[in-house]
Amino acid sequence: MKIAVLSGKGGTGKTLVSVNLAAVAKESIYIDCDVEEPNGHLFFKPKDIESEKISVKIPFADEKVCTGCRTCVDFCKFNALAYINNKLKVFDEVCHSCGGCVLLCPEKALSEREKVIGKVQKGVSENVTVITGILNTGEASGIPIIKKLLEDKNEGKNLTFIDCPPGSACIVMESIKDADYCILVAEPSLFGVHNLNMVYELIKLFNKPHGVVLNKCLEGENPSEKFCIEKSINILGKIPFDNELGELNSNALISVRENKKYKELFSSLLQVVNKEVQNETAFNPKW
Amino acid sequence: MKIAIPVDDKFLQSKVCISFGRTPYFLIYETDTKESTFLDNNAAASQGGAGIKAAQAVADEKVSALITPRCGQNAADVLKAANIKIYKTMNDSIEDNVEAFISEKLSLLEEIHAGFHNHGGE
Repeated sequence: MKIAVLSGKGGTGKTLVSVNLAAVAKESIYIDCDVEEPNGHLFFKPKDIESEKISVKIPFADEKVCTGCRTCVDFCKFNALAYINNKLKVFDEVCHSCGGCVLLCPEKALSEREKVIGKVQKGVSENVTVITGILNTGEASGIPIIKKLLEDKNEGKNLTFIDCPPGSACIVMESIKDADYCILVAEPSLFGVHNLNMVYELIKLFNKPHGVVLNKCLEGENPSEKFCIEKSINILGKIPFDNELGELNSNALISVRENKKYKELFSSLLQVVNKEVQNETAFNPKW
Repeated sequence: MKIAIPVDDKFLQSKVCISFGRTPYFLIYETDTKESTFLDNNAAASQGGAGIKAAQAVADEKVSALITPRCGQNAADVLKAANIKIYKTMNDSIEDNVEAFISEKLSLLEEIHAGFHNHGGE
Protein backbone atom coordinates (compact mmCIF):
# COMPACT_ATOMS: atom_id res chain seq x y z
CA MET A 1 0.00 0.00 0.00
CA LYS A 2 1.57 3.23 -1.16
CA ILE A 3 0.25 6.54 0.08
CA ALA A 4 1.63 9.72 -1.45
CA VAL A 5 1.47 12.99 0.47
CA LEU A 6 1.58 16.10 -1.68
CA SER A 7 0.82 19.82 -1.79
CA GLY A 8 1.02 22.70 -4.25
CA LYS A 9 3.77 24.49 -2.39
CA GLY A 10 6.43 23.95 0.25
CA GLY A 11 5.77 24.48 3.95
CA THR A 12 2.17 23.25 3.85
CA GLY A 13 2.77 20.21 6.02
CA LYS A 14 3.64 17.29 3.73
CA THR A 15 6.52 16.21 5.91
CA LEU A 16 4.55 16.75 9.15
CA VAL A 17 1.74 14.53 7.87
CA SER A 18 3.83 11.81 6.25
CA VAL A 19 6.40 11.55 9.07
CA ASN A 20 3.74 11.37 11.78
CA LEU A 21 1.53 8.90 9.90
CA ALA A 22 4.53 6.66 9.26
CA ALA A 23 5.59 6.92 12.92
CA VAL A 24 2.14 6.15 14.31
CA ALA A 25 1.71 3.05 12.13
CA LYS A 26 2.74 -0.31 13.58
CA GLU A 27 5.33 -0.84 10.91
CA SER A 28 5.92 1.32 7.85
CA ILE A 29 8.26 2.69 5.22
CA TYR A 30 8.83 6.43 4.84
CA ILE A 31 10.26 7.56 1.48
CA ASP A 32 11.45 11.15 1.08
CA CYS A 33 11.06 12.03 -2.61
CA ASP A 34 11.72 15.73 -2.01
CA VAL A 35 15.24 15.06 -3.29
CA GLU A 36 16.20 18.72 -3.63
CA GLU A 37 15.64 19.36 0.07
CA PRO A 38 14.87 16.11 1.89
CA ASN A 39 14.08 16.82 5.54
CA GLY A 40 12.18 13.76 6.82
CA HIS A 41 15.47 12.27 8.03
CA LEU A 42 15.94 15.26 10.36
CA PHE A 43 12.89 14.01 12.29
CA PHE A 44 13.57 10.29 12.11
CA LYS A 45 17.35 10.47 12.68
CA PRO A 46 17.65 6.97 11.17
CA LYS A 47 20.33 4.50 12.25
CA ASP A 48 22.28 1.79 10.38
CA ILE A 49 22.43 3.87 7.23
CA GLU A 50 23.22 2.21 3.93
CA SER A 51 24.06 4.58 1.10
CA GLU A 52 23.94 3.99 -2.64
CA LYS A 53 25.19 6.38 -5.30
CA ILE A 54 22.83 7.19 -8.17
CA SER A 55 24.19 8.02 -11.58
CA VAL A 56 22.94 8.83 -15.05
CA LYS A 57 24.54 8.08 -18.43
CA ILE A 58 26.24 10.85 -20.40
CA PRO A 59 27.65 10.32 -23.92
CA PHE A 60 31.29 10.79 -24.87
CA ALA A 61 32.90 10.55 -28.29
CA ASP A 62 35.95 8.67 -29.46
CA GLU A 63 37.61 11.44 -31.46
CA LYS A 64 39.53 8.96 -33.61
CA VAL A 65 36.32 7.32 -34.80
CA CYS A 66 34.05 10.39 -35.02
CA THR A 67 33.75 11.67 -38.60
CA GLY A 68 31.83 14.83 -37.68
CA CYS A 69 28.63 13.80 -39.46
CA ARG A 70 26.59 15.58 -36.73
CA THR A 71 23.82 12.99 -36.68
CA CYS A 72 23.91 13.19 -32.88
CA VAL A 73 23.97 17.02 -32.80
CA ASP A 74 20.93 17.23 -35.08
CA PHE A 75 19.09 14.52 -33.18
CA CYS A 76 19.42 15.97 -29.66
CA LYS A 77 16.19 17.83 -28.89
CA PHE A 78 17.78 19.35 -25.79
CA ASN A 79 20.75 20.70 -27.79
CA ALA A 80 23.20 19.06 -25.39
CA LEU A 81 25.74 18.51 -28.18
CA ALA A 82 27.78 20.82 -30.40
CA TYR A 83 30.41 20.02 -33.00
CA ILE A 84 33.09 22.69 -32.91
CA ASN A 85 36.61 22.73 -34.35
CA ASN A 86 36.34 19.07 -35.35
CA LYS A 87 35.43 18.04 -31.84
CA LEU A 88 32.17 16.95 -30.23
CA LYS A 89 31.29 18.99 -27.16
CA VAL A 90 28.86 17.50 -24.62
CA PHE A 91 26.93 19.66 -22.14
CA ASP A 92 26.39 17.26 -19.24
CA GLU A 93 23.85 19.39 -17.42
CA VAL A 94 21.70 19.81 -20.53
CA CYS A 95 21.77 16.07 -21.42
CA HIS A 96 18.65 14.13 -20.39
CA SER A 97 20.38 10.73 -20.69
CA CYS A 98 18.00 9.41 -23.35
CA GLY A 99 20.81 7.52 -25.11
CA GLY A 100 19.46 8.44 -28.57
CA CYS A 101 22.76 9.89 -29.79
CA VAL A 102 24.60 6.66 -28.96
CA LEU A 103 21.99 4.56 -30.79
CA LEU A 104 22.07 6.74 -33.90
CA CYS A 105 25.84 7.26 -34.32
CA PRO A 106 26.61 5.60 -37.69
CA GLU A 107 30.31 5.28 -36.80
CA LYS A 108 29.70 3.85 -33.31
CA ALA A 109 31.94 6.61 -32.02
CA LEU A 110 29.75 7.38 -29.01
CA SER A 111 29.65 5.49 -25.74
CA GLU A 112 28.24 6.29 -22.33
CA ARG A 113 29.89 7.10 -19.04
CA GLU A 114 28.32 7.24 -15.62
CA LYS A 115 27.83 10.58 -13.92
CA VAL A 116 26.89 10.57 -10.23
CA ILE A 117 23.98 12.94 -9.51
CA GLY A 118 23.11 12.00 -5.94
CA LYS A 119 22.39 9.16 -3.56
CA VAL A 120 19.76 7.08 -1.81
CA GLN A 121 20.10 6.45 1.93
CA LYS A 122 18.29 3.76 3.83
CA GLY A 123 18.10 3.53 7.60
CA VAL A 124 15.85 2.58 10.51
CA SER A 125 14.06 4.69 13.10
CA GLU A 126 12.21 2.41 15.56
CA ASN A 127 9.18 1.05 13.63
CA VAL A 128 9.95 2.99 10.44
CA THR A 129 12.29 2.19 7.56
CA VAL A 130 13.48 5.58 6.34
CA ILE A 131 14.54 5.96 2.72
CA THR A 132 15.88 9.33 1.60
CA GLY A 133 16.75 10.59 -1.87
CA ILE A 134 19.44 13.27 -2.11
CA LEU A 135 20.14 15.14 -5.33
CA ASN A 136 23.55 16.83 -5.55
CA THR A 137 23.41 20.62 -5.62
CA GLY A 138 23.39 22.03 -9.13
CA GLU A 139 22.00 18.91 -10.83
CA ALA A 140 19.09 19.50 -13.18
CA SER A 141 16.71 16.63 -12.51
CA GLY A 142 16.02 14.40 -9.53
CA ILE A 143 13.84 11.99 -11.48
CA PRO A 144 16.47 9.21 -11.75
CA ILE A 145 16.76 9.31 -7.94
CA ILE A 146 12.99 9.12 -7.47
CA LYS A 147 12.82 6.15 -9.86
CA LYS A 148 15.36 4.37 -7.66
CA LEU A 149 13.56 5.37 -4.44
CA LEU A 150 10.27 3.93 -5.64
CA GLU A 151 11.65 0.66 -6.98
CA ASP A 152 9.47 -1.71 -5.05
CA LYS A 153 10.71 -5.20 -4.43
CA ASN A 154 7.80 -6.07 -2.14
CA GLU A 155 5.10 -5.28 -4.67
CA GLY A 156 3.27 -2.86 -2.41
CA LYS A 157 2.86 -5.26 0.51
CA ASN A 158 4.26 -2.77 3.02
CA LEU A 159 2.54 0.35 4.26
CA THR A 160 4.55 3.06 2.53
CA PHE A 161 4.32 6.83 2.86
CA ILE A 162 5.77 8.88 0.03
CA ASP A 163 6.73 12.43 1.02
CA CYS A 164 6.52 14.24 -2.34
CA PRO A 165 8.36 17.32 -3.58
CA PRO A 166 6.23 20.49 -3.56
CA GLY A 167 4.28 21.64 -6.61
CA SER A 168 2.81 19.70 -9.51
CA ALA A 169 5.72 19.33 -11.99
CA CYS A 170 7.33 16.23 -13.54
CA ILE A 171 9.14 15.36 -10.33
CA VAL A 172 5.80 15.14 -8.45
CA MET A 173 4.19 13.09 -11.22
CA GLU A 174 7.07 10.63 -10.96
CA SER A 175 6.53 10.43 -7.18
CA ILE A 176 2.78 9.69 -7.31
CA LYS A 177 2.78 7.51 -10.45
CA ASP A 178 2.53 4.20 -8.58
CA ALA A 179 0.73 5.46 -5.47
CA ASP A 180 -2.49 3.72 -4.44
CA TYR A 181 -3.82 6.79 -2.66
CA CYS A 182 -2.96 10.50 -2.49
CA ILE A 183 -3.25 12.73 0.58
CA LEU A 184 -3.36 16.43 -0.32
CA VAL A 185 -2.28 18.78 2.46
CA ALA A 186 -3.81 22.27 2.39
CA GLU A 187 -3.48 25.55 4.27
CA PRO A 188 -6.52 27.62 5.31
CA SER A 189 -5.97 30.61 3.00
CA LEU A 190 -6.92 31.75 -0.51
CA PHE A 191 -3.33 31.14 -1.55
CA GLY A 192 -3.68 27.68 -0.01
CA VAL A 193 -6.76 27.02 -2.17
CA HIS A 194 -4.82 27.98 -5.29
CA ASN A 195 -2.06 25.52 -4.41
CA LEU A 196 -4.55 22.83 -3.44
CA ASN A 197 -6.27 23.23 -6.80
CA MET A 198 -2.95 22.70 -8.61
CA VAL A 199 -2.34 19.30 -7.03
CA TYR A 200 -6.04 18.44 -7.16
CA GLU A 201 -5.99 18.88 -10.95
CA LEU A 202 -2.85 16.77 -11.14
CA ILE A 203 -4.22 13.79 -9.21
CA LYS A 204 -7.47 13.97 -11.18
CA LEU A 205 -5.37 13.69 -14.33
CA PHE A 206 -3.72 10.60 -12.85
CA ASN A 207 -7.09 9.31 -11.70
CA LYS A 208 -5.85 8.68 -8.16
CA PRO A 209 -8.14 8.11 -5.20
CA HIS A 210 -7.56 10.99 -2.83
CA GLY A 211 -8.51 12.99 0.23
CA VAL A 212 -7.47 16.25 1.87
CA VAL A 213 -5.87 16.97 5.23
CA LEU A 214 -6.57 20.53 6.36
CA ASN A 215 -3.50 21.79 8.20
CA LYS A 216 -2.98 24.86 10.39
CA CYS A 217 -6.72 25.14 11.04
CA LEU A 218 -7.88 28.30 12.82
CA GLU A 219 -11.29 29.41 13.99
CA GLY A 220 -13.44 31.03 11.36
CA GLU A 221 -13.80 30.33 7.69
CA ASN A 222 -11.36 27.94 6.01
CA PRO A 223 -11.20 28.63 2.24
CA SER A 224 -9.61 25.22 1.60
CA GLU A 225 -12.43 23.47 3.45
CA LYS A 226 -14.94 25.45 1.40
CA PHE A 227 -13.13 24.37 -1.77
CA CYS A 228 -13.30 20.70 -0.71
CA ILE A 229 -17.01 20.92 0.03
CA GLU A 230 -17.72 22.63 -3.30
CA LYS A 231 -15.75 19.99 -5.24
CA SER A 232 -17.02 17.11 -3.06
CA ILE A 233 -13.48 16.19 -2.03
CA ASN A 234 -13.25 13.96 0.99
CA ILE A 235 -11.75 15.71 4.06
CA LEU A 236 -9.70 13.12 5.92
CA GLY A 237 -8.89 15.23 8.95
CA LYS A 238 -7.93 18.57 10.41
CA ILE A 239 -4.73 19.54 12.17
CA PRO A 240 -5.07 22.63 14.38
CA PHE A 241 -2.81 25.67 14.19
CA ASP A 242 -1.12 24.86 17.46
CA ASN A 243 1.95 26.40 19.10
CA GLU A 244 2.91 23.19 20.87
CA LEU A 245 2.82 21.16 17.66
CA GLY A 246 4.77 23.89 15.89
CA GLU A 247 7.41 23.89 18.59
CA LEU A 248 7.85 20.11 18.52
CA ASN A 249 8.11 20.24 14.77
CA SER A 250 10.62 23.09 14.70
CA ASN A 251 12.79 21.14 17.14
CA ALA A 252 12.76 18.23 14.64
CA LEU A 253 10.78 16.03 17.02
CA ILE A 254 8.11 13.59 15.87
CA SER A 255 4.97 14.75 17.66
CA VAL A 256 3.33 11.29 17.89
CA ARG A 257 6.42 10.00 19.73
CA GLU A 258 6.39 12.94 22.15
CA ASN A 259 2.79 13.66 23.04
CA LYS A 260 -0.28 11.44 23.54
CA LYS A 261 -2.59 14.12 22.16
CA TYR A 262 -0.89 14.08 18.78
CA LYS A 263 -0.55 10.31 18.83
CA GLU A 264 -4.32 10.13 19.05
CA LEU A 265 -4.79 12.76 16.36
CA PHE A 266 -2.58 10.98 13.82
CA SER A 267 -3.80 7.50 14.85
CA SER A 268 -7.35 8.46 14.00
CA LEU A 269 -6.16 10.11 10.78
CA LEU A 270 -4.37 6.89 9.86
CA GLN A 271 -7.54 4.90 10.57
CA VAL A 272 -9.54 7.19 8.30
CA VAL A 273 -6.91 6.85 5.56
CA ASN A 274 -6.83 3.06 5.91
CA LYS A 275 -10.59 2.87 5.64
CA GLU A 276 -10.58 5.14 2.60
CA VAL A 277 -7.94 3.08 0.85
CA GLN A 278 -9.87 -0.12 1.56
CA ASN A 279 -13.05 1.40 0.16
CA GLU A 280 -11.19 2.43 -2.97
CA THR A 281 -9.75 -1.05 -3.23
CA ALA A 282 -13.21 -2.56 -3.10
CA PHE A 283 -14.33 -0.32 -5.95
CA ASN A 284 -11.30 -0.86 -8.10
CA PRO A 285 -10.52 -4.48 -9.03
CA LYS A 286 -6.92 -3.50 -9.93
CA TRP A 287 -5.91 -3.91 -6.29
CA MET B 1 36.48 39.71 -41.30
CA LYS B 2 33.08 38.13 -40.69
CA ILE B 3 30.99 39.15 -37.70
CA ALA B 4 27.58 38.12 -36.32
CA ILE B 5 24.90 40.14 -34.49
CA PRO B 6 21.53 38.88 -33.17
CA VAL B 7 18.85 41.09 -34.79
CA ASP B 8 15.08 41.53 -34.58
CA ASP B 9 14.42 41.67 -38.32
CA LYS B 10 16.04 41.05 -41.69
CA PHE B 11 17.19 44.59 -42.51
CA LEU B 12 20.02 46.81 -41.29
CA GLN B 13 17.72 49.52 -39.86
CA SER B 14 16.14 46.95 -37.54
CA LYS B 15 17.35 46.60 -33.93
CA VAL B 16 19.84 44.42 -32.11
CA CYS B 17 17.94 41.57 -30.41
CA ILE B 18 18.18 41.45 -26.61
CA SER B 19 18.60 37.64 -26.66
CA PHE B 20 21.41 35.70 -28.31
CA GLY B 21 20.04 32.14 -28.18
CA ARG B 22 16.46 33.02 -29.04
CA THR B 23 16.99 35.88 -31.49
CA PRO B 24 14.86 35.42 -34.63
CA TYR B 25 17.76 36.25 -37.00
CA PHE B 26 21.50 36.77 -37.13
CA LEU B 27 23.13 39.41 -39.26
CA ILE B 28 26.30 38.01 -40.78
CA TYR B 29 28.40 40.98 -41.87
CA GLU B 30 31.62 40.87 -43.91
CA THR B 31 33.63 43.96 -42.92
CA ASP B 32 35.89 43.85 -46.01
CA THR B 33 33.18 43.65 -48.68
CA LYS B 34 30.45 45.33 -46.54
CA GLU B 35 28.21 42.47 -47.57
CA SER B 36 25.38 41.51 -45.21
CA THR B 37 23.30 38.34 -45.08
CA PHE B 38 20.57 37.38 -42.63
CA LEU B 39 20.43 33.95 -41.11
CA ASP B 40 17.27 32.42 -39.62
CA ASN B 41 17.94 31.25 -36.07
CA ASN B 42 16.60 27.69 -35.94
CA ALA B 43 17.40 27.57 -32.23
CA ALA B 44 14.81 30.24 -31.37
CA ALA B 45 12.00 27.74 -30.76
CA SER B 46 14.12 25.13 -28.95
CA GLN B 47 12.75 23.58 -25.79
CA GLY B 48 16.13 24.05 -24.18
CA GLY B 49 19.78 24.55 -25.03
CA ALA B 50 18.94 27.36 -27.49
CA GLY B 51 22.24 29.10 -26.75
CA ILE B 52 24.25 26.00 -27.67
CA LYS B 53 22.40 25.51 -30.93
CA ALA B 54 22.57 29.20 -31.88
CA ALA B 55 26.30 29.28 -31.11
CA GLN B 56 26.79 26.20 -33.30
CA ALA B 57 25.06 27.98 -36.19
CA VAL B 58 27.17 31.11 -35.72
CA ALA B 59 30.34 29.03 -35.52
CA ASP B 60 29.37 27.20 -38.72
CA GLU B 61 29.30 30.61 -40.48
CA LYS B 62 33.01 30.88 -39.64
CA VAL B 63 32.66 34.33 -38.09
CA SER B 64 35.52 35.80 -36.06
CA ALA B 65 33.44 37.89 -33.70
CA LEU B 66 29.97 38.06 -32.18
CA ILE B 67 28.45 41.37 -31.04
CA THR B 68 25.65 40.85 -28.53
CA PRO B 69 24.06 42.55 -25.51
CA ARG B 70 24.38 39.34 -23.50
CA CYS B 71 25.37 35.72 -23.74
CA GLY B 72 24.84 32.62 -21.58
CA GLN B 73 27.54 30.34 -20.23
CA ASN B 74 26.84 27.36 -22.52
CA ALA B 75 26.80 29.51 -25.65
CA ALA B 76 29.99 31.24 -24.52
CA ASP B 77 31.65 27.82 -24.09
CA VAL B 78 30.79 26.87 -27.67
CA LEU B 79 31.95 30.23 -29.05
CA LYS B 80 35.20 30.02 -27.10
CA ALA B 81 35.90 26.54 -28.48
CA ALA B 82 35.33 28.00 -31.96
CA ASN B 83 37.73 30.90 -31.20
CA ILE B 84 35.00 33.49 -31.68
CA LYS B 85 35.46 36.70 -29.67
CA ILE B 86 32.35 38.09 -27.94
CA TYR B 87 31.90 41.89 -27.91
CA LYS B 88 29.27 43.86 -26.01
CA THR B 89 26.84 46.03 -27.99
CA MET B 90 26.95 49.80 -27.26
CA ASN B 91 23.23 50.41 -28.03
CA ASP B 92 20.43 48.72 -30.00
CA SER B 93 21.37 50.17 -33.40
CA ILE B 94 22.86 47.60 -35.79
CA GLU B 95 24.74 50.18 -37.86
CA ASP B 96 26.23 51.98 -34.82
CA ASN B 97 27.57 48.69 -33.52
CA VAL B 98 29.06 47.64 -36.86
CA GLU B 99 30.80 51.02 -37.18
CA ALA B 100 32.03 50.92 -33.60
CA PHE B 101 33.38 47.42 -34.13
CA ILE B 102 35.27 48.44 -37.27
CA SER B 103 36.82 51.43 -35.50
CA GLU B 104 37.71 49.12 -32.58
CA LYS B 105 35.57 50.98 -30.06
CA LEU B 106 33.65 48.00 -28.72
CA SER B 107 34.79 46.19 -25.60
CA LEU B 108 34.68 42.48 -24.94
CA LEU B 109 31.59 41.13 -23.14
CA GLU B 110 32.86 40.42 -19.63
CA GLU B 111 29.66 39.31 -17.99
CA ILE B 112 28.45 35.87 -19.01
CA HIS B 113 25.18 34.91 -17.34
CA ALA B 114 24.57 31.45 -15.97
CA GLY B 115 21.49 30.79 -18.07
CA PHE B 116 17.94 31.51 -17.03
CA HIS B 117 16.77 27.97 -16.56
CA ASN B 118 19.76 26.18 -15.03
CA HIS B 119 18.88 23.15 -17.10
CA GLY B 120 17.80 21.93 -20.49
CA GLY B 121 14.16 22.94 -20.25
CA GLU B 122 11.92 20.55 -18.42
